[in-house]
Amino acid sequence: MLKLNKRDTLLFVIVTAMVLLAPFLLNPFPQGSSMAQMFNAGYPDLMQRFVIFGILVIGFNILFGLTGYLSFGHAAFLGIGSYAAVWMFKLLSMNIIPALILSMIIAGIFSLAIGYVSLRRSGIYFSILTLAFAQMSYNLAYSVLGNPSSSYNLTNGETGLQLALDDPRILDGAAAANGALPVTKLFGLAMRDSYNLNVGGWLFTFNVGYYVAGILMLISFYVSIRIFRSPFGMMLRAVKSNQQRMNYTGLNTKPYTLAAFVISGMYAGLAGGLLSSMDPLAGAERMHWTASGEIVIMAILGGVGTLIGPIVGAGFNEYFKNILSKINDGVLHQWLSFLPDGLENFIVGILHYFVGKGWHLTLGLLFMLVIIFLPGGLVEGGQRLAKMFKSKKTDDESDSNNTPAE
Amino acid sequence: MGILEVKNVGKRFGGLQALGDVNLSVAENSVHAIIGPNGAGKSTLLNCLVGKLIPDTGSVMFDGQSVLGRKPFKINQMGISRVFQTPEIFGELSVLENMLIPCFAKRDGAFHLSAFKNMLDDKEIIDRAQHMLEEMKMADKHSMNAASLSRGDKRRLEIGMCLSQEPRLLLLDEPTAGMARADTNNTIDLLKQISDERDITIAIIEHDMHVVFSLAERITVLAQGTPLVEDTPDNIKGHPKVREAYLGETQDAA
Ligand SMILES: Nc1ncnc2c1ncn2[C@@H]1O[C@H](COP(=O)(O)OP(=O)(O)OP(=O)(O)O)[C@@H](O)[C@H]1O
Ligand SMILES: [Mg+2]
Repeated sequence: MLKLNKRDTLLFVIVTAMVLLAPFLLNPFPQGSSMAQMFNAGYPDLMQRFVIFGILVIGFNILFGLTGYLSFGHAAFLGIGSYAAVWMFKLLSMNIIPALILSMIIAGIFSLAIGYVSLRRSGIYFSILTLAFAQMSYNLAYSVLGNPSSSYNLTNGETGLQLALDDPRILDGAAAANGALPVTKLFGLAMRDSYNLNVGGWLFTFNVGYYVAGILMLISFYVSIRIFRSPFGMMLRAVKSNQQRMNYTGLNTKPYTLAAFVISGMYAGLAGGLLSSMDPLAGAERMHWTASGEIVIMAILGGVGTLIGPIVGAGFNEYFKNILSKINDGVLHQWLSFLPDGLENFIVGILHYFVGKGWHLTLGLLFMLVIIFLPGGLVEGGQRLAKMFKSKKTDDESDSNNTPAE
Repeated sequence: MGILEVKNVGKRFGGLQALGDVNLSVAENSVHAIIGPNGAGKSTLLNCLVGKLIPDTGSVMFDGQSVLGRKPFKINQMGISRVFQTPEIFGELSVLENMLIPCFAKRDGAFHLSAFKNMLDDKEIIDRAQHMLEEMKMADKHSMNAASLSRGDKRRLEIGMCLSQEPRLLLLDEPTAGMARADTNNTIDLLKQISDERDITIAIIEHDMHVVFSLAERITVLAQGTPLVEDTPDNIKGHPKVREAYLGETQDAA
């Protein structure tokens, strides 16, 4: 199906089902219950983040997973995509299609330039070069190109680039006539519109923006599978494995790595454009080096070089960030109320540092655990579980599976 | 005129004159061996032929064209393939994929953006790679990771990868170094077969005299960066200068 082999088709079908059914899957607890408050994740903005960051990391994985070139500046392309999209909303139309196209084109141009220079080096020097370029972009966006009083205010600095009532919006300027800011839309469908379904105690939200981003993630995922299975994808893996042999086999590695860099930059641009499509506000913090670091972390968490890893990593990261930051001392006291008072206060006192604003600490620990015990990321964990399960069921059947990991 | 003409090539590393004044002519479709003690400059000479190093002086002509100043991938496209002293293969890729890469390179050139083709649909290339694996007697290992092959198999694979590009000149740097006797003999047979069946010129660096005398039609002896003599194997065997500079030394070591 779709020119994919059996295993890839199965994987794609599963991911498609999960994306389409996410509003149900992410809301397992009835509305209003304390469990729901903590663990439900079926809110439009969170679900949007799952799939948008999924796109970002899928693209990053085409570069890092296949070629081994670790870019430490990919957030720059995310930010550039965000700005490009908001400008499109300001100048042309609130329709997200031109915005997304421009996001990808501009991010592609930037990644071509940055990649061309950075790829002159490999290993740590390449990473440092990308980091330097990203920080330069951040500073340009934050101050140089963002001075509201200057005539070249491209980014609106600290405040961030946002819509205004007097934007030209050449194609649909009239939309702003009623005195309210217009909303982003795909033709007639507004991104922020949702359909709510009440079943028993459960509330399921089907948000337009989520489904638009989700379908784009599925397309991105499909494209990445095709790249993985193509001769081009094999050449990228060969780059990671042995550049010397490639050079002495008549292959020019530079355009291969540059193509991978630009493709992954365009994925990041699309993700940035989508972030702005959901909420038309672009700020420089999206380009900060910590944001670049988070992309690397998501990729490694999920499983570098695997097909599904980026989606798993992005989902895991966003989900735990969300839950952990919601837990506060009150919640902890409620959970531990069965303990004697002194002990309860003591434990809450310790856990206090790991939740709420301290979510970084817990996520950092989880990251360390994964790196130490599952160097292949969560996907490796899943594969180990599957293997244990398999060998228990049929221990006489030998495992002769040699295809690359999904 | 040989297919490969090296004239007055010199290469200096800091204070070390690795190659002095090398002149070498390799005749088309012959097997030419380059021997010499450790540090004689054999690998350095090879590096100058494939674009890994640029010599300080002299010229290197392949089939009437200069190779100097060209990038390694361009020189390879001219028809020169090289087998390295330690096998250079794609360790993380399967044996079949290792063979597919030179086949794609041969047909599609230095860069080809075929991001949406399914690799396994390309029957022409797959057939070619599988055929080559059969010729190397490795067809049964096609799905193995190349890194997990034995040293002898890695070498065979690397030779096969080079051959699948149908080079006109094959350069081999100590192809049997570190091999067991049986593997060495297999390699000799393989190389003999290659040179008998194909229009190919082979230049081989080797320490193992058994290999050299089984294969070579001409031998150049290199010592301290300069060729001492060039002659047929029979004449080399008895040459006093060679015995002194080289053969005596390795017979002790062997
Ligand atoms: N890149 C380099 N930089 C500095 N010196 C080098 C370099 N490559 C080789 N040399 C030196 O040049 C000399 C010739 O080295 P080369 O590797 O060509 O010898 P060889 O004949 O291949 O020896 P072996 O039989 O041990 O492989 C040696 O003294 C070596 O140390
Ligand atoms: Mg050597």
